[in-house]
Amino acid sequence: MLELEPFILSFKLAGLTTIILFILSLPLSWYLSQTRSKIKPFIEAITALPIVLPPSVIGFYILWTLSYNSPIGSFFHEYFGVKLVFNFTSLVIASCFYSLPFMVQPLQSGFEGINKNVLEASYISGKSKLETLFRIALPNMKPALMTALIVTFAHTVGEFGVVLMVGGSIPGETKVASVAIYEFVEIMDYESAHLYSAIMVLMSFVVLLSVYLFNHKQNKKFSSI
Amino acid sequence: MIDVKIEKKLHGANGDMKLSVELSIEEGEFVALTGQSGSGKTTLLRILAGLEEADANIKVGGIIWQDSKKVLSVQKREIGFVFQDYALFNNMSVEDNLLFVNKDKNLANHLLELTELKELKSRLPNTLSGGQKQRVSLCRALMNRPKLLLMDEPLSALDLNMRNKLQNEILTLHKEFGTTTIMVSHDPSEIYRLANRTIVMSHGKIVNDGTPKSVLLETSGSQKFSFEGELLDIVKVDVIYVAIVSIGQQLVEVVVSKEEMKSLTINKKVRISTKAFTPSIVQSN
Repeated sequence: MLELEPFILSFKLAGLTTIILFILSLPLSWYLSQTRSKIKPFIEAITALPIVLPPSVIGFYILWTLSYNSPIGSFFHEYFGVKLVFNFTSLVIASCFYSLPFMVQPLQSGFEGINKNVLEASYISGKSKLETLFRIALPNMKPALMTALIVTFAHTVGEFGVVLMVGGSIPGETKVASVAIYEFVEIMDYESAHLYSAIMVLMSFVVLLSVYLFNHKQNKKFSSI
Repeated sequence: MIDVKIEKKLHGANGDMKLSVELSIEEGEFVALTGQSGSGKTTLLRILAGLEEADANIKVGGIIWQDSKKVLSVQKREIGFVFQDYALFNNMSVEDNLLFVNKDKNLANHLLELTELKELKSRLPNTLSGGQKQRVSLCRALMNRPKLLLMDEPLSALDLNMRNKLQNEILTLHKEFGTTTIMVSHDPSEIYRLANRTIVMSHGKIVNDGTPKSVLLETSGSQKFSFEGELLDIVKVDVIYVAIVSIGQQLVEVVVSKEEMKSLTINKKVRISTKAFTPSIVQSN
């Protein structure tokens, strides 16, 4: 029997994570692309950590930081009555850490790929850095922007280890598609596992294909003559 | 009136040097800035624009742009800047590139008309040729009616014909707007045609300052042709030696004696000169 709930949950999680990460990463990646500061490599290394760390490590630290026994977890529980682990909120927080590099890195290289003179021409035209960012930088790096948004989304849909550790498998709350498939396999319901997996493959392919088609078209448009 | 006094340490390709420039420019002047690459011309322009930090006193038309106490940001300096690589906004049409600076549609139309770009106004920059792009960039630089127009080798990426055409347009625009202009250029004919003052820089200092005629015509009116070039090769032809020298875009063969040959080194700069008693002058096509 096909239940849509895990998919909806996956997409809700991925959508929220993408929006939050985009807002947080925009200033960070802009700063990284423009700065000549000595701390730049340190920040770059920290943001890239989730790529190399096993998801269990990230999951473990997030559990450790957000659980009741930690200062942060107990603070939120005491003052706001909010639990930060084994619910949807914790999944969003965990995903934001887990997918951070997939948002920051394409944005940063997009910003770095923009001719410095073009940005300076905008400043000379009397425009502030903020206006330059939105009216000149972002519109001139649509492929990078698209890659950042879609890959972050897709990567969050595809996450499993962190989600399982931080969220467990509560139906309708933290049981996302990848966790649901894991459980089907565990109880040897291969039919459902096949169905869910095939849907994941198909959707992921369509998403990635649309990114590459978009970028292909953009590159053609911007490199004519 | 523009008064400039700038000091800055530079770490250039030719080692460390100090940029040290003191300069006054009259309103409406067209100044050509020339000199070897690495002499600090571009840095000087960027400091004037406020794109680079320096110990500077800059006063333009009675307004202090920069001194030890305050530094006016690049956004507030009211300058125009033409980059060698055009630096157009590729996401906007030609017209929108101009309107981005200033929403004055009449001025935009007027500028596009003067530079014969009106037909192309809804095109994206990437569909234009190099010459057209640079004209757009020139128009864009004038959109805020700048107090100072800075051009960093604006025409050096273009071919000779296009360069001539754009020189005329720069001249037209300069006449029309009367903008005080500083242009970095290496092309003597360009400087001669456009500028009314030439400043030569070397190792961060001004080494020559005068009218283009007095600075460029080194032989100052003697009947002598004199060309700088690069010695490419010396070949022996029967009993004589022929030196092959590259001058501008041309290769020239010059007969040299055996003694002369010994004093020459291949790949070095050489000067070829001759007395011209009866030169003939014919218009070329």
